[in-house]
Order: sequence, then structure tokens, then C-alpha cells
Amino acid sequence: METAGLSDAQLVTRCRAGEPGAWNAFVERFSRYVYAICSRGFRLAPSDAEDVFQEVFARAYEKLGELRNDDAVLPWLGQLTRRLCIDRMRVLARDAPGAAEPDERAAEETLNAIDDAIAVRAALDAVGDPCSEILDRFFCRDESYRTIGDALDLPAGTIASRISRCLAKVRELMEGGGASARLEE
Amino acid sequence: MNGYDEEQIARLLRLLPPAPEAWVQAAQELPEARAALDDLTARAERDAAFRLELEADLERALAAAGYEGSPSVVSRLRRLLEPVEGAEPG
Repeated sequence: METAGLSDAQLVTRCRAGEPGAWNAFVERFSRYVYAICSRGFRLAPSDAEDVFQEVFARAYEKLGELRNDDAVLPWLGQLTRRLCIDRMRVLARDAPGAAEPDERAAEETLNAIDDAIAVRAALDAVGDPCSEILDRFFCRDESYRTIGDALDLPAGTIASRISRCLAKVRELMEGGGASARLEE
Repeated sequence: MNGYDEEQIARLLRLLPPAPEAWVQAAQELPEARAALDDLTARAERDAAFRLELEADLERALAAAGYEGSPSVVSRLRRLLEPVEGAEPG
């Protein structure tokens, strides 16, 4: 099932209807956001972050039918993830005397930045390939110029300049110059 | 969100690495795991012998019941089955 062009609300509707592939696409679409809140926002250890990550999607699966506004699935997941991270940190603090109590305000700056990053990510998707893939590989997956060049069959020596041009396109798109930014690299 | 320069855009992109593949896969298997869990807990409630099998060796009981999940899904099932296994919650 093709889901890339679906809005969040459309994807939620398809999940509720039990359409094949819809839940996989749902997890794929929101996994980075949930992961970022757990690992970057609240800096949970990997094993704790994994537990929270799975719990978020388990609850989302169970409660998707109760979501009042399908367009608000992203903030709903964000709130759910924050709450479960704080719950986990409370348990950790209870079980390990001396451990820091959860402080959502301390994480607030990073959590806000993660929300801003989602908007950048949307612009990245709108710019399309090859820019989207080049920037994702370099900044999100931390791949080297050589690895990116090999994967995309591009000379490694051109990757840096391509990254620079692609960043400019994303900026341009976010500033409202979408038409020219969508031009192929 | 307007007004970000390239450096800020790069910094924000770095905040969203992909989640580990195994985590994503396990979350994608949740509907199947949920169905297996419902089936297993229902059987465990009405079949004391089956409950003992679960307590003794969850992986083997799952395989015998025709379910093979990823390790993280099995781990999640184990935690969710804790009340059946007699463990104290929380």
C-alpha cells in the first residue's frame, strides 16, 4: 500500500480500518519522533528508551480509536511519549536512591527543538530526492561522504557541495520559496 | 519555523536519527503480538496446564502455540504475562 502521500489523518483512518500495511506505515512515520523524545529529549538509557518506545506504540495501537482529532496524532503521540518517559524516570528514581527525579522543564528546550525538527523533516520530504536522501544520510544517519557516494553512485568529492545546495533548498522551501526548491538537484 | 539558516536546519535534522530497526520491526509486529497475547492469556485462564507451560518456558510455549515473534516482542509478551505468571506488578 502506498502511504507516502497520505496525511497523518488519512493514515490514522486506514489504521483504524485495519488496512494491510497501514500500521507498519504508521510506526515508520512516527518512529523517529518517539525515538527522539526518549533518547534525545529525556536521555533515557537504550533499554529504557526501547521499553518506552514499544509501550508508546502499544498504547497508540490500543487507543487509536479514541483519538478525537486525527490531524492531532503527532502531538498526541508526543504527549503520550513524554508521559511514559517521565513515568519511567520516576520508577528509575524510586528504584535507585539518589537518582535524579524527572524534570520535564530541563528537557523542554530539546523537546521544543524536536518539534521544530519535525517541521524541517516535512520540508525535507517536500524537497524530495536526491536532496532528501543525501541530507538524511549525512545528518540523520551520520554517514560519511564516501558511504553516501557509494550508495547513491555519486562522486564522494561532490557530496559536500550537494549537501550545501540541498540545505539551501530546504531553507528556501521553509521560507516559502517552495516552487524553485522542488527543482531537481 | 521560518528564518532558520542552514546551520540551524542541520542541527535540527541531527535530532531525528532513525530509530533502531529492530525496535521499529517489533512495534510493527504489535498487532500480531496482541492477537497472540489475547489468545495466550485466554488459554492460560482456562487451562492450568498451559499456564504452567508458559511459566516454565515462554518461548517454547509460544512456538508450540504456533507463534514466533522477534526477541523484543517475546520480551514484551513476557512482561505483559507477568500477572499470569504470578509476578508482582510494577
